[in-house]
Amino acid sequence: MARAALPGRLTWQLATVVEVIEETARTKSIVLEPPAWQGHQAGQHVDVRLTAEDGYQAERSYSIASGPEDGHLVLTVERLDDGEVSPYLVDELRAGDELELRGPIGGYFVWKESLGGPLLLVAGGSGVVPFRSILHHWAAARSAAAVRLLYSSRSLDEVIFRDELMRLGTDGQVDIRFTLTRSWPEDWEGYRGRIDQELLHEVAWPPQQRPLIYICGPSGFVETAASALVHEGHEPTRIRTERFGPTGT
Amino acid sequence: MEALDGNAIAGQLFEYFGREMTTAVGTCAHCGAPGTLAELVVYVRAPGAVVRCRHCGDVVMVLVSARGTMRVAMDDFHLLDPAGGRPDASA
Repeated sequence: MARAALPGRLTWQLATVVEVIEETARTKSIVLEPPAWQGHQAGQHVDVRLTAEDGYQAERSYSIASGPEDGHLVLTVERLDDGEVSPYLVDELRAGDELELRGPIGGYFVWKESLGGPLLLVAGGSGVVPFRSILHHWAAARSAAAVRLLYSSRSLDEVIFRDELMRLGTDGQVDIRFTLTRSWPEDWEGYRGRIDQELLHEVAWPPQQRPLIYICGPSGFVETAASALVHEGHEPTRIRTERFGPTGT
Repeated sequence: MEALDGNAIAGQLFEYFGREMTTAVGTCAHCGAPGTLAELVVYVRAPGAVVRCRHCGDVVMVLVSARGTMRVAMDDFHLLDPAGGRPDASA
């Protein structure tokens, strides 16, 4: 990961899969070694391309889960059952395989230490992936910005990076709040139900404190959270959004 | 089909323009609403994408990829500040 790519060009390269880590039943982290990597910013993504034997190609974008200072590139991918690319990445890919990718990509949904905070991260499902990169960067840069993560999942089993996030939350370094929308343990002390105006009012800093807000998740989730926060009085220019979802074929 | 946003076509735009474009600021030719490319509504459907204004919903851009070549029609999105007004626009 040392050699710099040509500036101003985004070239496809074959990265080697170093390790595949199961995060949840439907989600895996793929640790990659690209031959030429210029480094990335927290929040960026890569494009992944699969080519079939007959030449047919399918391309999808995946957020980078590792921090810029981590020293390795990690993509965390959730399997969409009717997906063209994610079932292969989650079920078939093994250490030693090669994966074609280009990146890093994106300059809008990024956070760097100089942008400061307070930093509010709102994640729906696998929308938490770029926030792991941001949290790693926040820790590596010893940022003084207060950071809070509100993470909505269907159930505790579907919480990605659960142990790591629980640990960060317990340490008191990061204020981490979970909400579970479909099922929860009997002794669950986190929030229950989907993100709405009331929950965001409770979790977000008041608009007067001008938090920098990042929202990532499925389109409907992002729309709900962004509208509620604007309605709450937060400046639209302090809110950055990234939507993902199945794409048409 | 689910609507995404401009982040979803960041790679294609980089390929076409030779630089990061999602922070670029422009206005919709139909309603005049300003915004970054990242905030536009994007419907990705192979072999391209249809991009609509988040404010009025009109089509502002079409991307088509054919035989390894990307074509971008963006007559209805007027780029004002290709570098973007964001503090992190250098990305």
